[in-house]
Amino acid sequence: MATQHSTQSSWAAALFGFAVLVAATCVVEWMLRLGLLNRYIVPLPSEVMLSLPRIVIEEKIAGAFATTFLECFYAMLLVTVVGILTGILLYRFTALRAATETWVAAAASAPIVLAYPLFLVVFGRTMTTIVMIGFIAGLPPVILKTLEGLAGTRRVLVDVGRSLKLGAWQMFAKILLPAALPTVFVGLRLGLIFCLINIVGVEFLINYGGLGQVINDRAERYDLAGTYAAIGFVILTSVLFFIVTERIERWLRPQT
Amino acid sequence: MAQQDATRLTRLAAAPTERVLEIDNLAKQFDTPEGPLKAVDDVSFAVRRGEFLSVIGPSGCGKSTVFNIIGGLQAEFEGRVTIQGQPISGPHKSIGMVFQEESTFPWRTVLDNVCFPLEIAGMAKAKRHDKARHFIALVGLAGFENRYPAELSGGMRQRVAIARTLASEPTILLMDEPFASLDEQTRLLLGDKVLQIQQQLSQTTLLITHNITEAVQLSDRILVMTFRPGRVKRIVEIDLPRPRTSEIVSSTAFGRYVAEIWGDLREEATRGMQESEASARGGKG
Repeated sequence: MATQHSTQSSWAAALFGFAVLVAATCVVEWMLRLGLLNRYIVPLPSEVMLSLPRIVIEEKIAGAFATTFLECFYAMLLVTVVGILTGILLYRFTALRAATETWVAAAASAPIVLAYPLFLVVFGRTMTTIVMIGFIAGLPPVILKTLEGLAGTRRVLVDVGRSLKLGAWQMFAKILLPAALPTVFVGLRLGLIFCLINIVGVEFLINYGGLGQVINDRAERYDLAGTYAAIGFVILTSVLFFIVTERIERWLRPQT
Repeated sequence: MAQQDATRLTRLAAAPTERVLEIDNLAKQFDTPEGPLKAVDDVSFAVRRGEFLSVIGPSGCGKSTVFNIIGGLQAEFEGRVTIQGQPISGPHKSIGMVFQEESTFPWRTVLDNVCFPLEIAGMAKAKRHDKARHFIALVGLAGFENRYPAELSGGMRQRVAIARTLASEPTILLMDEPFASLDEQTRLLLGDKVLQIQQQLSQTTLLITHNITEAVQLSDRILVMTFRPGRVKRIVEIDLPRPRTSEIVSSTAFGRYVAEIWGDLREEATRGMQESEASARGGKG
């Protein structure tokens, strides 16, 4: 009964969210048609919708989407492994944490994408450059949130482990990591956002392919509706990654 | 009355005298920004097998320090703590700890929480599940095995923590104000449950508490501590019939014990309050 109620309310929430999106789109359409917004800067949402099939056919969007998705996947894989391990190291070694935490936090606000010439010099005009920029951009929030999650584990849970004479690895695997997991996932979601923004940004700048290049091509042709439609596919990539992340979190911590 | 006496005599005759836990001249000092602070000093007592002993004292008397030292969580201290003759130098498998704070693992079901110590001990899955189910039933939570702690009340969560500790079959069950965060009615009912389990398993239990009613309801003996530095002020034998339930709180004898212990504690609690106020004034000035 409780499960049925919970399913119903989650459906209601999803429907409400969708209704809000539709309403906001209608408001923008209405404001543009009334001349309250400039149609030379913002295209009509209805035009964006209508341009979708054109974009899919002309720009071979599936390929571009797959490229961006793959780049993001590789970058996030690196972010997850390196970010979580670095967070663990900073938690474990207090001196290392004191020496680097501020720098890691500062790196989170750095516009990494603007350093793309450096990455081009190091990795060439290849997918590696794009993946590495996404990886570097997505790393700080994962490190910081892993550290926060581990450090924020309730003392009493650690004491339960100590009272049962858990070894260092058991303490980490059985108590610290599961306790930190919700915070780690917050970091992964933030990392994903940073990663995707930078990946699309660098695709836009170096014209190597992917959704960023589609956006660039359409913008240069002053195809506003096409540009916004391509941006819609970037949002779709983000949504797909968020769904996957959420599923993994639910699998690891079923009660969340 | 005759029946009460018979029960008492039977209990006394059966009362084992083997000392499973001995504490000799225990002292602990902490370094604070205001200088060294002696939390406990010259504390000596023993717990006999199957006995329920409560340590009671005002806030700041070092009860939790004693709990942490006996549990092996506080490594540096003066004096000697032995369990079945073995000195303590860290957490000991003979001691099972139940903490004041909510300590169930929120990511594990009730069954998996109770299985935890057995899992750590390397017990096979089927066997540990069977054993965990037994202890879950013992604390009255049969049917809740697959629930997560977030789906349970505070009292139920504390019962999960007790079942988890009991599952490791400790020689001594060490509890630090396990019902402190619960309301009075739940506290009394959980007291009944603890008494029932303690009697059923003949579990040696050491309870740290500041609640006089709880201590009298559950204990064979009560150790009253002074305010800082915590010292043993007095040990009171609670000669109330067993098996007990929370109904005993309405008896005259129970009221006498509560009044007697409060008489001992009042002076210490007042001193504690006065020192806290003086310290707050000093800090403000």
